[in-house]
Amino acid sequence: MALIPVVEKTVQTNADKSVDTSVDTSLTAAGGGPAVTAEEVLRRRRRQDPDTAPLWEILDQVCDPEIPVLSIWDLGVLRDIERTGEHITVTITPTYSGCPAMTTITEDVEAALARAGFAEVSVKLTLAPAWTTDWISAAGREKMRAYGIAPPVQRSHTVACPQCGSDDTGLISEFGSTACKALYRCNQCLEPFDYFKCL
Amino acid sequence: MSKQTIVEYATRLGDDALILGHRLSEWCSNGPFLEEDIATINTSLDYIGRARMFLSYAAELEGAGRTEDDLAYTRDCRDFKNLLINELPRGDFAFTTVRQFLVDAFNLFFFEALVGSTDTQLAAIAAKSVKESRYHLRRSRDWMLRLGDGTEESHRRTQTALDDLWGYTDELFHMDPLESELLDTGVAVDRAAVRLRWEPLVTELIDAATLQLPQPYTLPGGGRQGVHTEHLGHLLAELQFVQRAYPGLQW
Repeated sequence: MALIPVVEKTVQTNADKSVDTSVDTSLTAAGGGPAVTAEEVLRRRRRQDPDTAPLWEILDQVCDPEIPVLSIWDLGVLRDIERTGEHITVTITPTYSGCPAMTTITEDVEAALARAGFAEVSVKLTLAPAWTTDWISAAGREKMRAYGIAPPVQRSHTVACPQCGSDDTGLISEFGSTACKALYRCNQCLEPFDYFKCL
Repeated sequence: MSKQTIVEYATRLGDDALILGHRLSEWCSNGPFLEEDIATINTSLDYIGRARMFLSYAAELEGAGRTEDDLAYTRDCRDFKNLLINELPRGDFAFTTVRQFLVDAFNLFFFEALVGSTDTQLAAIAAKSVKESRYHLRRSRDWMLRLGDGTEESHRRTQTALDDLWGYTDELFHMDPLESELLDTGVAVDRAAVRLRWEPLVTELIDAATLQLPQPYTLPGGGRQGVHTEHLGHLLAELQFVQRAYPGLQW
């Protein structure tokens, strides 16, 4: 996918004044993270649609069941929300083919909207474009680190220990506690930690 | 090109992933050590997830009211169209590693090509699978080197596995009339082209792992026609047990 340089104004175009501006719009690469992709710019723009903006905020409460500090928005799993009359269609995408969390996420989305009074909800699963760690927001990366998981970095970067910050770390196994994570060890503080793989 | 041919093609790819995914899942709690147990099961999960995507698509396209679960749990041996290499018993860790290496390398090149399919859903599934195949291959390649160039025993077991598996690899590249027809319309992948990329990679790695390239030999295929080894029935007995005993059970 083409990485295109964008300025913050692009994202804010046509934004409703009442829309929550606490949405992460930092567009610079953070902590070895990637620049924002065109696909991500579009998703942030969809969030500003006055028709559905409150719904996006409701779904900010839905978190990944395996990394409960990350919302499905932060993770880039929540792709779109459409509203036709009373009917709401939420589009999500799986991180990994075999991600066992998708069923739970679907149920959590339906429950969150039901609590807010929306009964007619369908959750659609889309595969294209394929999810990438590039879609994890800068705020999401920070929350991940604070939770003890090293956020994904490009291959040329070192994986810093989320506990002590040291770059002196080593891979123990390509596969960690879930499909999306690898297992690392910090040679400085000697703690093992999960690393969210770059995909 | 009829819709039915795409249903059949998606079912084949789904069956390949489901059956190998199940074989890998048999390592759960039996891995050589904890990290490797987890790694094998994670790979299994990717394969089963891929199977779900292909079989859901096949069922949806077929439009006969069947679901992915019907396809996975209620078909019998002759209805399964997976290639034979995927159904062989897991064997020892060397056998599992060698099979995984041969199949992961195949999958990487196969899915890279399928990304360009004119069928958008197959292309979308391929785009997800290709990323996963890349790191599956990274792991199985590392293990080939470590086992091949490891101890006398690990070398011997790995070489034996390679010799035993080699005859099954030919089927990976076999094109039948159905796939040739789908290739003409840009839906399917040209397996002969995949072979041109697969062979050099595999040959080079076998050499780097201080192993010997087996003498060429070809075992009869038959998976695509539903003619299987005696092992598939036993695998299905376990895979399908709950749905056979309690038809339609859900949780």
